[in-house]
Amino acid sequence: MGLQRRRRRYAALLAGGLLLLAGCTNGRPAEGTAVGDTAPVQPADAPITVAVVSHSRAGDSFWDVVKSGAEEAGRQQGITVNYAGDGDPTQQSQLIDNAVAQGVDGLVVSMANPEGVRASVEGAVAAGIPVITINAGMVESAEYGAVTHVGQSERMAGEQAGERLRESGVTGLLCVIHEAGSVSQEERCAGAAEGFGGPVENIQVDISNTADARATIQNKLMSDDSVDGVLTLNPAIATSALGAIGDAGSDADLATFDVSADIVEAVRAGDMLFAIDQQPYAQGYLGVTLMGLKVRNGNDVGGGRPVYSGPAFITADNADQVAQYAERGTR
Amino acid sequence: MAGTTTSPAPAPAAGVPRAPLRVRVLRRPEVGALVAALAVFLFFSLATDAFLTPRGVASWLESAALFGIMAVAVSMLMIGGEFDLSTGVMVGSTGLLTGVLATHAGVNLWIAVLASLAAALAVGFLNGLMVTRTGLPSFIVTLGTFFILQGLNLALTKAVTGQVAVQGMTQVAGFWDARWLFGSSMAVGPAVLDVPILWWVLFTALCTWVLLRTRAGNWIFAVGGDAKSARQTGVPVVRTKIGLFMTTAFAGWLVGMLSLFGTTTVQASTGVGVEFVYIICAVVGGCLLTGGVGSALGGALGALIYGMAYQGIVFAGWDNNWLKAFLGAMLLAAVVVNTYVRRRAETAGAASTEHTDPADGGGPAEGGERG
Repeated sequence: MGLQRRRRRYAALLAGGLLLLAGCTNGRPAEGTAVGDTAPVQPADAPITVAVVSHSRAGDSFWDVVKSGAEEAGRQQGITVNYAGDGDPTQQSQLIDNAVAQGVDGLVVSMANPEGVRASVEGAVAAGIPVITINAGMVESAEYGAVTHVGQSERMAGEQAGERLRESGVTGLLCVIHEAGSVSQEERCAGAAEGFGGPVENIQVDISNTADARATIQNKLMSDDSVDGVLTLNPAIATSALGAIGDAGSDADLATFDVSADIVEAVRAGDMLFAIDQQPYAQGYLGVTLMGLKVRNGNDVGGGRPVYSGPAFITADNADQVAQYAERGTR
Repeated sequence: MAGTTTSPAPAPAAGVPRAPLRVRVLRRPEVGALVAALAVFLFFSLATDAFLTPRGVASWLESAALFGIMAVAVSMLMIGGEFDLSTGVMVGSTGLLTGVLATHAGVNLWIAVLASLAAALAVGFLNGLMVTRTGLPSFIVTLGTFFILQGLNLALTKAVTGQVAVQGMTQVAGFWDARWLFGSSMAVGPAVLDVPILWWVLFTALCTWVLLRTRAGNWIFAVGGDAKSARQTGVPVVRTKIGLFMTTAFAGWLVGMLSLFGTTTVQASTGVGVEFVYIICAVVGGCLLTGGVGSALGGALGALIYGMAYQGIVFAGWDNNWLKAFLGAMLLAAVVVNTYVRRRAETAGAASTEHTDPADGGGPAEGGERG
């Protein structure tokens, strides 16, 4: 039992490992390489599979509507839709790699933290799988080789929201961020600050604990009189904020990004000013539909530019109509 | 030597017959996990087309690797009788620290990498010191560290960079050199494997060697089995436990670097909520919540099961609303298989008379040095 001999064996193993490592590539993108479009011609109704990989875990009300849109498009057009999602860029990258490994015909992906999924998205493109980005990642979409992007410009939507709030007479605005780490949420608040042109303060709450979010917003309203407007970035947080405004005895105006049945009802009842609808159903539906066109017919919709799914504004004027759609989970 | 210690890993004294090989193999704590891993592997290989393709294998191996590095370290800590809840968020902390130093403070990338290693080891040291000095449960102490780090990750990153995620890493000088070490990939036959898998294998081998073939390994089993008698026999309990906390912190740093250089970004929310996955992997791999029993290889197998199940469910195209339910059921099944196999092993072992703990270290039991 020579310890010496055993040591030597481990050293040999280690050396072998390092040798393996020496054969590695670091994934640095090669300059000036282009991928030829060699996809075989598909019949217009060929059965194809499209993977939708979002940056949201299952159970988010917004992403459930995106998923419904994607699945409905799949049903109508004979496309098998596999939906998966994870908020961590490493995990999301693995889900994209997974879809590539499955050899799907097309990939629809949302990029909340674009750099985090860049290698995997470019890997899919390099593997000859067409990619369409939806919802988040508009700026990087074309650079990473995607066919197009379906979504709204978060900054532009934020600006419009800020302008509308200012026009409604709000003088001090609170912008509620609910996911630490989301670049697009920061963009919305930055856009709102720009459009609003007055003092805007961001506060941080946790989307997985809406009761706590309600308490945080309430405390802020009670401790700071200068806040007379609240902008939330998620319908569940908007519902919390609505409760918080009531409990705090504040008369702050409330507006939110994104929509749920409750939000439409609150707008209709006059409890909220407006909701900014980026129309998630359309993002899922168009993502899959445009992918079907790309795979079956070679169409590059968007001409290298984004396809805007919004923003649409839900106000007291159109809330009645939208309510019917929200009821069935498509708005 | 073996006669002078009550450590649970005595070398078989001369003259005592060794149990038959079959029994000795079955007694290893990771055997159950191995059987469960084979079952999960066979299931998805048969149930899906893509699972066994080179790309498919690469995808679940990489998924398992990032969980596995941490699960191995957590297994060692749990054998030593402690928990660490700050493991997941440590991945984010080290990645953020390196990224922020490199992109915003203009620090040389390699120095930034080493600085975050030093910070991680310091946090691990403090965790260990607080647990051993205060006598509080490590569950509480590391829960505190977890929240502190989670807060710092968000507040400091936002304060320094104005953003909540590391951006622009690829523009940092030396990035592509560091990526070679932490984020590269290599062709092994038809598959392109990412470098975390190699780190995982090396780290598991190293930890297994430490546990089974060194004095420190015996100390770990001893402090987890019974800290009081371990102290009485001269095992340096404090030093061993602090070392274990520093090992999980080191693993957190390693995974942090692999995440940062693999994806070029880390978010303030990275790693939050993943700490329990590591503990689950360790338990599936045969660690007991009470300490003293387990193996590093078991933790690695636990992570392999988790990675295969997580990616396999996606391969199978099951509705992702059900993902967590499937995952939970699969992990429970793995634990049940594990326990069943261990019971069978113990029954089989009862036939042979050797008095050995299932966590038989088998190595030279030198517990005599006072710390």
